[in-house]
Amino acid sequence: MKKLLKLSIIATAIAAVSLGSIAQAEETFTVVSWGGAYTKSQQRAYSEPYTAKTGTKFLHEDKSGTALAGIRSQVEANNVTWDLVDILEGDAMIACDEGLVEEINYDEILAAAPDGTPASADFLGGLNGCFIPQIYYATLFAFNDEMFPGEKPSTIADVFDLEKFPGKRALEKIPAGNLEWALMAWGVAPDKVYDLLDTEEGIALAFKKLDTIKDSVIWWEAGAQPPQLLSDKEVSIASGYNGRFFGAQVNEKQPFTIIWDGQVAEIDGWVVPKGKLTDEMKAYIKFATDTQRLADQSKYISYGPARKSSAAFVDKHADTGIDMKPHMPTSPANFTNPIIKNAEWWANNKDDMSERFNAWLSK
Amino acid sequence: MATSYSKVGEMTTNDGVPLKVSLQRSQRKLKIWAFLLVAPLLLFIIVSFIIPVVNMSLRGVENPQVHTIMPNVTKALARWEGVDLPDEATYAALVLDLQEGRKNKNIGKVASRLNYERSGMRRVISGSARKAVKLTEGPYKKQMIKIDKSWGDVAVWSLIKRESGQFTFSYLISAVDYRTNDQGNIEAKPENKQIYKALFGRTLIMSFTITAICILLAYPIAYLLATLPLAKSNLLMILVLLPFWTSLLVRTTTWIVLLQTQGVLNDVLVWMNIIDEAGRLQMIFNKTGTIVAMTHILLPFMILPLYSVMKTIPPTYMRAALSLGANPVVAFVRVYIPMTVSGIGAGSLLVFILSIGYYITPALVGGQSGLLISNMIAYHMQNSLNWGLAGALGFILLVIVMVFYSIFNKVIGIDKMKMG
Repeated sequence: MKKLLKLSIIATAIAAVSLGSIAQAEETFTVVSWGGAYTKSQQRAYSEPYTAKTGTKFLHEDKSGTALAGIRSQVEANNVTWDLVDILEGDAMIACDEGLVEEINYDEILAAAPDGTPASADFLGGLNGCFIPQIYYATLFAFNDEMFPGEKPSTIADVFDLEKFPGKRALEKIPAGNLEWALMAWGVAPDKVYDLLDTEEGIALAFKKLDTIKDSVIWWEAGAQPPQLLSDKEVSIASGYNGRFFGAQVNEKQPFTIIWDGQVAEIDGWVVPKGKLTDEMKAYIKFATDTQRLADQSKYISYGPARKSSAAFVDKHADTGIDMKPHMPTSPANFTNPIIKNAEWWANNKDDMSERFNAWLSK
Repeated sequence: MATSYSKVGEMTTNDGVPLKVSLQRSQRKLKIWAFLLVAPLLLFIIVSFIIPVVNMSLRGVENPQVHTIMPNVTKALARWEGVDLPDEATYAALVLDLQEGRKNKNIGKVASRLNYERSGMRRVISGSARKAVKLTEGPYKKQMIKIDKSWGDVAVWSLIKRESGQFTFSYLISAVDYRTNDQGNIEAKPENKQIYKALFGRTLIMSFTITAICILLAYPIAYLLATLPLAKSNLLMILVLLPFWTSLLVRTTTWIVLLQTQGVLNDVLVWMNIIDEAGRLQMIFNKTGTIVAMTHILLPFMILPLYSVMKTIPPTYMRAALSLGANPVVAFVRVYIPMTVSGIGAGSLLVFILSIGYYITPALVGGQSGLLISNMIAYHMQNSLNWGLAGALGFILLVIVMVFYSIFNKVIGIDKMKMG
């Protein structure tokens, strides 16, 4: 009996060791992203081709909504399980300053453009130490056509005009974006918005404008909500991510129209948590951020690639064959009056603005 | 008695060991056994409950960032009086700490910490650290003020001095809507930033309301459960327990389906012509929604203790009261209710303490007016990452619960409680 026990222990040990080595041979990356159509577009453009090429496996987690909290607690607990995290530029800056993520030597790690331009000159921005930009996306307004049979809203001022364009509004439950739009609705030019928000009067003005629609606002927190609220006709105009509205227009044939005026353009990308910048990871990053791959992602979702050289490769939608170029937030016809989100301003003022915003909401 | 024993001599067992010692020995064995039996539970509670609670509460006062990452500045500022700008030596210490912090990549922690107290400090610290790396020789005072004019602001230095201790009260102060101003005095935050006091108040009022509604709803049900014939009461018991076993999220979202403006209840009301299409009632995503959903979810916690107490009350007591001339109302109020007080107490304590810390349901159905303090704690844990403030808010909530618990103990007595 004892012998049998010993034997079985040895057998288990051998099995465990060999299993372990197999697992090591087959690299697995845990990639954190936003979920839904966005994660799917990354899978189809980046990870699936890479698995086919190298056999590397990917685990996807939809935790980007609380990415910074996740990275911080993992690094503090000395137990980092995420290999690559999708995050906004502002949060990436904070993570970088706090030493939670790896610094990136851009020209060494990222592939050059097909014509040989080094990566640092090819990206549209956001190369600030640790952040690996991927897409330009826009937070903007869209409306349900069926709710405005006559005149249609077309500017930010229209969004705040409840008399001319009745119906509830859906806004995201954060200060970012809403404060900028509120000032734009007063007639402030997009490039002057942050200067004004640096003053006490500017902030007061923004909240004063938001006060005028406060009672007609439904606040959303997840990116999937605004298209839903629009199609249910719970609201007539909603703010949301342009890719989500595009998805509803194309895949579900929803009668939505996007208001490109005052789109808040922002970069989204990757950071590598501390200790995870292995050679295997470097190889994957080089693959997934090259000119072709970034352009590929726009076949699945209407977000603009973060590289200049990718623009020429933007093609048709993979499932419906729609030409994607007119749907890119960065295409010239859409980029007429954008607010370029000032990630640094928000990194500095998010604590203060959130405090005010939450106090304002609870009143 | 004890003295008489010692005169006679100690009692011993057969083998000559004093009885007292022998008894102790055998009891010790039992005690060890008993302890070993509860040890896993004790360990589990310590690891999964007590340590995290203490840890989070400590985060509400811990303040290691400036103290450990900027040790030279901390030391130099100790002898600064806070009237004029600090001396050259302090600026030299600042440059040294910024360079060191930049090299170790932890200066951002100081930046995040100070930004909670004063907007823009993130830029001041991180930006200066980036530029200070290039400084090689003094005098540093002028160069630092050139890098960022904030270094010429006494208020900024006062802030750093104030937060250079190992512990701070600023999170706790902030958690009750106060702040320390540039002169170092504690004052109320401006009106447009006050939020926590109101939320604590709302949380308490809502918890009391929910507890009161639960008592009113649960009392008749528990009475029926305890007095109906077995077959009927069993069926009723299943009706109470079925929702209890259903997932909390399912129950909460069901209320959304029922109560929303395009929901079932509104549709029925419109169909019955009680309200018109434009007058649809807003019954969810506000206080009403939170109260309705939480009352429903917490109701079994009131019914079950009440039921277990009522079950033990012999029906003869009421009959005796009636036959002695009391009318049914008097008999019920003076005889029956007093006997159920321990059940009401247990149920109220359960419901009140559960609802004071509730967070998923208000997050889903509370909208803006139905949010509770626990939602703010979750927000600071996950979104703003101000874990110090989350710790301070949690600690205050814990103290409030303890105070209510001790009041409860004084009034009703915890030993009289019956949990079911």
